[in-house]
Amino acid sequence: MKPASFDYAAPGSVAEAVALLDHPDRETTVLAGGQSLLPMMAMRLARPELVVDLGRIPDLAGISERDGALVFGAMTTKGAVERSELVRRRQPLLHAATRLIGHPQIRSRGTVGGSMAHADPAAEYPAVALVTDGWMRARGPRGERTIPAADFFVAALTTALAEDELLVEVGIPVLPVGTGWAFTELARRHGDFAMAGTALTVRLDPEGCFSDVRVVVFGVGSAPARVTAAEEVLRGERPGPALHRRAGDVVRDAIRNPLADIHASGDYRRHLAGVLTERGLADGVARATTRTDVS
Amino acid sequence: MTAGGGHQVRLRVNGVTREAQVEPRATLAELLRTDLGLTGTHVGCEHGVCGVCTVVVDGRATRSCLMLAVQADGTEVTTVEGLTGVDGDLHPIQEAFAAEHGLQCGYCTPGILMALHALLAEDPGAGEDEIREVLGGQLCRCTGYQSILRSALCAAADVRAAAAEGER
Repeated sequence: MKPASFDYAAPGSVAEAVALLDHPDRETTVLAGGQSLLPMMAMRLARPELVVDLGRIPDLAGISERDGALVFGAMTTKGAVERSELVRRRQPLLHAATRLIGHPQIRSRGTVGGSMAHADPAAEYPAVALVTDGWMRARGPRGERTIPAADFFVAALTTALAEDELLVEVGIPVLPVGTGWAFTELARRHGDFAMAGTALTVRLDPEGCFSDVRVVVFGVGSAPARVTAAEEVLRGERPGPALHRRAGDVVRDAIRNPLADIHASGDYRRHLAGVLTERGLADGVARATTRTDVS
Repeated sequence: MTAGGGHQVRLRVNGVTREAQVEPRATLAELLRTDLGLTGTHVGCEHGVCGVCTVVVDGRATRSCLMLAVQADGTEVTTVEGLTGVDGDLHPIQEAFAAEHGLQCGYCTPGILMALHALLAEDPGAGEDEIREVLGGQLCRCTGYQSILRSALCAAADVRAAAAEGER
């Protein structure tokens, strides 16, 4: 279990890193925290000719609040997110999701940008970015652009990033006051990849009915997906077990080509997505306050 | 830009500055074991699942198989060899594992000790929940988890007592 030989570069700036990516004839991989890439290289599922290590670029890690969003430098570790009081206070959904990623021993090096750019179908952060309307900031030879999460996750391990683009920043809007949330997942063992999961946000009107609700499922298809059909079933209705079950059924039916592997069949994953939607809705409603309560 | 050949790395390991020439594909585990002769760090799955290679890098528990040696340039690393005092005295965590039978074959033990060391150094008040969370990332195939947990709880109490003693 040793990676194949490769060349290594540790650029000192984003511009230098981007320049290194700009060689279409060379198999180049970006190394962030390495907690997904290095296993893939050890198993030789990835055999890059050049590894570009972002670890020596100053100012690529850090958490700040800007224009209603928490902004994460791409190299911010999950451990730093987990320990951040700002995240806990302003984006509790992200904090809860972080605690479900691997183990503390993995979160110590795994990064926010790495998770987004790797785009594992069972990863937690892409689901959070999607349900919160997050965005990715990418730098390429032609300059910078912002990609909404809804356009970023294309398929399994595939994003909207071009070959010569580098993810430099991730924005996750803060959770508005009064918004309920839930993040649920089920894995065979603690810290394993989820067989299915849901990320939800819930807003209730003064009568206590759903005014705005967003449902994202992950670990089931090739990329996290919003299930707008389930959101439509809920909107305007009063929360309750029967309604939540109906929404869960809609989620189940909406999943067309579920992933299937040794860990879980496609049918089981669809079933889980439905059950986790129901549970998530109950949690989300319990955490939401009706609009009139909010000053 | 540097080529695929040897890279000079310089890091502090257990308080001592060490240098080595490494290939880019060499992991930190390989650097520690092969170049520096610190074979207390064990290697199991070599893809980040089993946790036996866990060491402490800049204060954080880290899989040494999931970090390249070149990435460790300039870091401060503690391995299981660094737990023991210069006079050979066992660390309170090691004492607790001996007292509470926290090991059978011992292969997974160095990783478990280092993962707990990082936890208790950062949070001496860590309770059973935090300890279980950390142990969740460490595999033991002798299946001695109950005695490992007992040892860890005992170690946490000892570390807390030692910290309280130090403050006095």
